[in-house]
Amino acid sequence: MNGVVAGITLRGMLGRRRALLLVLLPATLLVLAVTITAFGRADEPVTAALLHQYGLATLLPLITLVVTTGVLGTEIDDGSIVFLLSKPIPRPVIVQTKLAVAIGLTTVFAAVPVLVGGLIMVGGADGLAVGFGIGALAGVVAYSAIFLLINVVTRHAVVAGLLYALVWESLIGGFVPGARELSVQQWALSLANWFMSSTFAASDVAPLAALGLLAAATIGATVLAGQRLRSLRIAGES
Amino acid sequence: MSTIEVEHASRWYGNVVAVNDVTMDVGPGVTGLLGPNGAGKSTLLHMMSGFLEPSIGAVRVDRRPTWHDHDLYRTIGLVPERDAVYGYLTGWQLTLASARLHGLPDPEEAARRALATVELTDAQDRRIDTYSKGMRQRAKVAAALVHEPEVLLLDEPFNGMDPRQRLHMMDLVRTMGAEGRTVLFSSHILEEVERVAEHIQVIIAGRLAASGDFREIRRLMTDRPHVFTIRSSDDRRLATALIADRSTTGIEVGEDGLRVHAADFGRFTWLVPQVSRDLAVRVREVRPADESLESVFSYLVTP
Repeated sequence: MNGVVAGITLRGMLGRRRALLLVLLPATLLVLAVTITAFGRADEPVTAALLHQYGLATLLPLITLVVTTGVLGTEIDDGSIVFLLSKPIPRPVIVQTKLAVAIGLTTVFAAVPVLVGGLIMVGGADGLAVGFGIGALAGVVAYSAIFLLINVVTRHAVVAGLLYALVWESLIGGFVPGARELSVQQWALSLANWFMSSTFAASDVAPLAALGLLAAATIGATVLAGQRLRSLRIAGES
Repeated sequence: MSTIEVEHASRWYGNVVAVNDVTMDVGPGVTGLLGPNGAGKSTLLHMMSGFLEPSIGAVRVDRRPTWHDHDLYRTIGLVPERDAVYGYLTGWQLTLASARLHGLPDPEEAARRALATVELTDAQDRRIDTYSKGMRQRAKVAAALVHEPEVLLLDEPFNGMDPRQRLHMMDLVRTMGAEGRTVLFSSHILEEVERVAEHIQVIIAGRLAASGDFREIRRLMTDRPHVFTIRSSDDRRLATALIADRSTTGIEVGEDGLRVHAADFGRFTWLVPQVSRDLAVRVREVRPADESLESVFSYLVTP
């Protein structure tokens, strides 16, 4: 971790129009939670469906994609990353610092709203809200590491991230059970299920396997992103 | 005293060779890396600053390979060409961040000194995205200078600046060279290099075309044969008088005027007004026909 890198990164994220997007998406979840509760329809199946489909499957990857693109992708695209890369700090430290900032932001703008949404709808019943909160926290950590790596590897990170989250996880994962094994969303759901007694958030992936895969994906992507940033070539005029 | 060594370095992208077997040593003082756009200057500069790996050959600073060595940046300062810099920071915040990232013992004092060097102290508390192009460039130089590097690399530092900003930046570059630093800057404009650099490295189509003292190379460039297009009130009479002088080696008479080959640039530029006055021929246009940078450079390659 490097405090100066973290400070610059955080300042860049919070001072932009991007911040509006970061607030709008979770605000929608909370408004939905309040509305459903106000109409007396906030039972466990509805809550689980909302927190899974809107929270884990949509809010998490979208917020993480916005955040990781903001903390690293944009700087690589416009070349301002050269400021950090031309300093005597190991490049893996830059990646780890940016990952920490991304996890912090996605926790605030994705994981916490999932927890709060659940608490608004069903309170502490069957540990559903807390379970989804923990699942969301694990999800943002893994998504952040994977999407940071994508941002280092390709300049089309937003498209690649959307393809992964919306096409692979949600579309293909909806029809092909095998695809769910390689899905952060399913790993997060499995972990959520582990921490609740409610039966409305089932996942195909066993909790321990999900935990191992989340850890492996997070560590692997972080190490790889550090290596790739170390060898990041700034294109010449040709 | 630091030295940049480039030893038979080449860099290619797929089938395109951007830098082709370049060998050079760059020592203390100001060196201009001159060449037309697309000649490979930026690629070479990126290899020197550790942002590109040579496909073959070696690029070293003080005998240490530049690629994959983040400690290199204790020795060098880099001012990239691209204008992108954190616009949401102030000049002070950017320079201070640079000092802290270098782990300097007194970052505030170092930042103050660097901003004073580039004369940006008055505007240091404004956000960089409110700066003019020249001020942004100076902010980048302050951030690159804050740790007082032995080597300073600047990629097209005068691009997009107005004349006043350009003069100021030229002074700054000259001062840094006079302090004994190894300063290398790239440019595609001959006059910029002429005004600032003591040494010159000319890159054309990825190859090192000329290298050494600037005055010697400038003389070669000025003394080469020139071709001019001249339009006047009586082209044939003017042609007769011009060809009689030894500074003129050939004349073609065409519909659009005369195409004159001059062997002695200095004498020819003196001759044309003399002859036109003596003959009472009105000269409407004298235009160099081969003054593109590429033609000047190609003359250096094939004298």
